[in-house]
Amino acid sequence: MYKRGIYRIVANEALTGNVYRMVLEGDTQYITAPGQFVNVELPGKFLRRPISICDYDGRTITIIYKVVGEGTAIMGEMKPGGELDVLTGLGNGFDTATGTRRPLLVGGGVGVPPLYNLAKRLIAGGAAVNVVLGFNTASEVFYADEFAALGATVTVATADGSRGVKGFVTDALKSVPEYDYVYACGPMPMLRALGGAVNVPGQFSFEERMGCGFGGCMGCSCKTKNGNKRICKEGPVLRTDEIIWE
Amino acid sequence: MQTENVNTTARETDLSVELSGLRLDNPVIPASGTFGFGAEFAEFYDINILGSFSFKGTTKEPRFGNPTPRIAECTEGMINAVGLQNPGIDAVVSQELPRMAKVFRKPVIANISGFSVEEYVECCGRIDSEPQVGIIEVNVSCPNVKHGGMSFGTRPESAYEVTKAVKAVTTKPVYMKLSPNVTDIVSIARACEEAGADGITLINTMLGMRIDLRTRKPVIANTMGGFSGPAIFPVALRMVYQVAGACGIPVMGCGGVSSARDVIEMMMAGATAVQVGAMNLRNPYACKEIIEALPQEMERLGITRLRDIIGIARN
Ligand SMILES: Cc1cc2nc3c(=O)[nH]c(=O)nc-3n(C[C@H](O)[C@H](O)[C@H](O)COP(=O)(O)OP(=O)(O)OC[C@H]3O[C@@H](n4cnc5c(N)ncnc54)[C@H](O)[C@@H]3O)c2cc1C
Ligand SMILES: Cc1cc2nc3c(=O)[nH]c(=O)nc-3n(C[C@H](O)[C@H](O)[C@H](O)COP(=O)(O)O)c2cc1C
Ligand code: FES
Repeated sequence: MYKRGIYRIVANEALTGNVYRMVLEGDTQYITAPGQFVNVELPGKFLRRPISICDYDGRTITIIYKVVGEGTAIMGEMKPGGELDVLTGLGNGFDTATGTRRPLLVGGGVGVPPLYNLAKRLIAGGAAVNVVLGFNTASEVFYADEFAALGATVTVATADGSRGVKGFVTDALKSVPEYDYVYACGPMPMLRALGGAVNVPGQFSFEERMGCGFGGCMGCSCKTKNGNKRICKEGPVLRTDEIIWE
Repeated sequence: MQTENVNTTARETDLSVELSGLRLDNPVIPASGTFGFGAEFAEFYDINILGSFSFKGTTKEPRFGNPTPRIAECTEGMINAVGLQNPGIDAVVSQELPRMAKVFRKPVIANISGFSVEEYVECCGRIDSEPQVGIIEVNVSCPNVKHGGMSFGTRPESAYEVTKAVKAVTTKPVYMKLSPNVTDIVSIARACEEAGADGITLINTMLGMRIDLRTRKPVIANTMGGFSGPAIFPVALRMVYQVAGACGIPVMGCGGVSSARDVIEMMMAGATAVQVGAMNLRNPYACKEIIEALPQEMERLGITRLRDIIGIARN
């Protein structure tokens, strides 16, 4: 089930130079799983902007977004007290009922946010969660402490080595303890490299340009081993054994 | 929100229209490709309030469509290059129609596409026996693969040929859906009418493109795609006006409609019913909001029966 709602912005602050955290207050009952996303209407923009849900509770949704273009720049200017028209309940989200005891969560850049509520749930379920967070450089790192505060073991990798392991998330895999399952979200090259580097089952979250975000336009389709799927509806999370790497 | 006065007047307004013998409660119809087969929108609201809806363009074989990215944003609109992704006519008849029956009780508009005359004929023949289908809408904006890929809708002769061929295999009303990417829309609409079309839907999307300034490459994987949304409304309105003036068959106006006022304007230009496309994607409640706003807008404009204003701009 999905729904449109008007949400009040209760916080909107920079986490790094161009990455912001926004907290929205409103109806959260249609959110059913970590890894789902919201679709945000913006003044002057025809299409909504899809952003992953980083965390949510009974009355708030936290999203973390990077300013990359006109739409996200508009979001960056928004002030607490303002309102946003948002669609919630979108996407399948991560399946946490996999029986994993030692999951590895891998996030790259703004692929990190959806892993936060996932880590929270897995830890609440008694799993020993390892998190690898990949960024370009130390000044871009966010949420490492927040994941640690949940009780996850956190490894940071930066491409220039200015913080944590030098290199990509795949370079950090050697330094993490054993894992039996992998969840990941991040840019396509990261997911592809990770897919080749790990040999346990898992779920990866993907991005695609969207027309609607709720399954109405077929704009976001991809081919999988289980047939065509809409990233916005049957995704954004795919099981690693159904992904077709093109 | 509403005053008592408006409510009383609203009850007296008549929104119904008739398309080739099919009575619609109101003229608002989600356009093909922007409403799937209804189920996704039925999660937002009871879609039985719609006049009807035109389901996703269906071809003989299942299609994945074009490579992604196939969506681009524009000022007051969007470009799509979905490329007719659909499960194919067999799956539409055996799976989508029964599923649709659970969320939509009214007659639906079957949007059919093809890459050869034979394909149009086969699909229209298949859908002819489906009681849920009230009207067949034939999308002639597709390339004719047997004749150099030129779209059927760009030449009067080929539009005539498709119309004639599908009319021979169905007893349902046939509406030809025309492409605006032509020099003389009237000659194509007239050819369809001569071939026996029961009505015309126009317009489909306008060919457009965008370039990503950062990557310096086209946004759409296929370079070009179909531009639609509020930005194209004046073009669509002009074509509806021209075609409705030149033909004796009903016109479904489509292109850029985003409000009750747009619906009224389209009808004044000559449309008997009005389709809403891209706006459904931005606001899934767009058609519901338009239908709910119509009575008040009519009252404000002194309109009692909506069908009385069809083509009134010409008189
Ligand atoms: C399921 C999903 C979850 C996402 N979660 C996050 C998140 O948590 N944090 C975050 O910072 N970003 C996230 N993104 C990416 C985010 O949607 C884009 O960065 C954003 O739409 C860019 O908008 P813009 O107007 O600033 O950029 P522009 O480039 O000006 O946007 C132009 C058009 O392209 C689309 N677009 C541009 N980049 C992307 C992209 N990477 N993916 C999809 N559409 C794009 C826009 O939505 C818009 O329609 C997510 C994308 C998807 C599909
Ligand atoms: C995502 C998308 C998919 C579409 N698919 C079809 C289709 O399958 N068949 C068709 O006849 N028209 C299709 N169209 C065209 C619309 O039905 C409509 O004619 C056009 O978008 C103009 O209306 P609008 O400006 O309200 O969007 C599609 C449009 C969009 C935006
Ligand atoms: S974005 Fe419209 S179907 Fe996925």
